[in-house]
Amino acid sequence: MNVKSMKEALGYECLSGESWLDRPVEGAYQSDLLSDVMGKAQAGMVWITSQVHKNIVAVASLKELSAIVAVNERKVDPEVIEAANEEEVVILASGKPAFETGGELYCWLSEAKNG
Amino acid sequence: MRIEYHIEGGDFSAAGGASSAVRKTLKQFNIAPLLVRRIAVVLYEAEMNVVAHAYHGTMTVDIRPTGIYVVIEDSGPGIEDIDKAMQEGFSTATDEVRQMGFGAGMGLPNIRKNCDEMTLTSTPGVGTRLEIQVNF
Repeated sequence: MNVKSMKEALGYECLSGESWLDRPVEGAYQSDLLSDVMGKAQAGMVWITSQVHKNIVAVASLKELSAIVAVNERKVDPEVIEAANEEEVVILASGKPAFETGGELYCWLSEAKNG
Repeated sequence: MRIEYHIEGGDFSAAGGASSAVRKTLKQFNIAPLLVRRIAVVLYEAEMNVVAHAYHGTMTVDIRPTGIYVVIEDSGPGIEDIDKAMQEGFSTATDEVRQMGFGAGMGLPNIRKNCDEMTLTSTPGVGTRLEIQVNF
């Protein structure tokens, strides 16, 4: 149950941090409020969000999240991708709305844990 | 070990830099990961408060064998009602800042939850001073 197997199972595109896809996935947290993530997300979680500005990199790095999953067709600026690579932050793109992304990830996590 | 960082109000692209730098230093000192993560939350929220609300400020970090002592002092509008500011969900952030996902009114509560000592003082129209301690 690592970022790579999640990415492959759910068809995410990898935008940054290709070298760190072997990180374990401990769970997931979905929020667009940065302080909510700072307060409630746990290390090793995947963070589903529609925020794609540079500050998500600092949040993911400080909280030691395993990956960020950007939803919809949100365009992530090269500047953000560069910062993410520097800070060893994995950014994936789901290409789907937040609800579908969260639902699919929830199912994958449940199956992966029970299977 | 004492380090001082400058924080520029409104500069969201550099925001989080001071917190990241301190986190890296703490990791080098082999501080327990859980403690490092608590300190990271405290520093980031304090730093973002300056970025989102003040004109400019400084973060002074003092790492001692017993713990980490941080003073964040800014020039800015200050806080009218500190009790209110400490309430979860209360925020005076602008719409622009909220659109970025800040201003959820959880910054100060997050700091309080993750530190051992916290003193917040402010003079409206002048600025705010936040003293934080996390014991090792």
